[in-house]
Amino acid sequence: MLPEFEYHRPASLEEAVRLLSELGPDAKVIAGGTDLVVKMRAGLVSPRHVVDLSRLTEIRFIRDEGDRLKIGAGTTLWEIENSREVARGVPVLREAVEEMASWHVKTTATIGGNLCNASPAADAAPPLMVHDATLVVVGPEGRREVPIGEFFTGPGQTVLGVGEILAEVVVPKMRRGQGAAFEKLTVREGALSIASAAALVEISGGRFVDARVALGAVAPTPIRALKVERALKGRPATREILRSASREAKADIKPITDVRGSREYREEMSVVLVRRALERAVERAGGAWA
Amino acid sequence: MEPRVIRFRLNGEWVRLSVMPNELLINVLREKLHLTGTKYWCGIGECGGCTVLLDGEPVLSCLTLAVDVDGRKVTTIEGLATGEDDLTPLQRAFIEEGAIQCGFCTPGFILTAQALLRENPNPTEEEIREYVRGNLCRCTGYVSIIRAVKRAASEAVKSRRPGPAAGAASG
Repeated sequence: MLPEFEYHRPASLEEAVRLLSELGPDAKVIAGGTDLVVKMRAGLVSPRHVVDLSRLTEIRFIRDEGDRLKIGAGTTLWEIENSREVARGVPVLREAVEEMASWHVKTTATIGGNLCNASPAADAAPPLMVHDATLVVVGPEGRREVPIGEFFTGPGQTVLGVGEILAEVVVPKMRRGQGAAFEKLTVREGALSIASAAALVEISGGRFVDARVALGAVAPTPIRALKVERALKGRPATREILRSASREAKADIKPITDVRGSREYREEMSVVLVRRALERAVERAGGAWA
Repeated sequence: MEPRVIRFRLNGEWVRLSVMPNELLINVLREKLHLTGTKYWCGIGECGGCTVLLDGEPVLSCLTLAVDVDGRKVTTIEGLATGEDDLTPLQRAFIEEGAIQCGFCTPGFILTAQALLRENPNPTEEEIREYVRGNLCRCTGYVSIIRAVKRAASEAVKSRRPGPAAGAASG
């Protein structure tokens, strides 16, 4: 049995914002419920009010807008996995979602929920980080845009204030010459990440003109591996340089030991996952090794 | 906490009942509607034992608030057949392939597989394994379950193929 709460189902995003502002910090948003219900059952959270956004069709969409894709926060992971627009424009997101959870969870779990739950192991985050996605937040003060790199502030913590709702994810699409890949280490398919890595590279004239790497489950939040990126940018696209840059991942992360893996294991595996993600990203960029 | 009246289509028939906001669908199904084919197992969305179809898609009734199915269509294992005489091809295939041992995971597997075959009537073995990866079975080792799904798929394909004998039976 779950703890007691009052249930609200606003008819619009505007009403939801008003309701959440009135109810204050004792209210929690529910979308798919695949994180919140588990947490409520475990007694980790017991909100006095639950505000259900699962029927707000205005935040459930995937829109192709030329050089970027807009994904409503209420879009289910199953809709993302099966979207041709996502497969074409942000294939690394599809790759990550494919490996998440199970069909049953993905029919209800939403991308907004995955991000707002703010697990360090949120698998949707690293792909969106290497794509430099922007999160559109609506709240009592109106609408603001948050770069995904600034959204997470700690395990289970985000910049969302009282009354604020994540409405939309704006993702610049892959361009010609870019390649991206996602790697995940887990005990079995569909389970939570022990560690994960996404990479996006752009190669021109035998050099890394751009390289973006993000990791999950190895720090208090999903993070960009800036030292790895610096060790690649502008350098020749050789396997040697890629290998030595991957080793910088250890300096970018702050893993802990938990039931899924030890700190030391995560450190070693982060290097391996970053290297594998980068290698596959280079191949997909169509870039011949220098 | 105020009760709410919900109305939903359960196995083809509209039901109307009063639920509390913190009630889960699985408890309503098992304890209020006495449909105990839906199994309560892990309770945290890992095992698939509580799978039901919500508007045709598999969901976990242990993570679904009962208030959330208001106005929607729910199918449980009881909705597939009324008895031994009208088992679905998938249910027959599970029996014929010995895909049932203790039987606890079977309702979840059958419903998941049913949704799978509607989405993808002729899945490869790998696709079947992908779709059912959220359903755990501690007895069979999965091999017979995969075989049963394949058998049901190939029988359905055969019966759909226009031919002198099979054509008339399809539909």
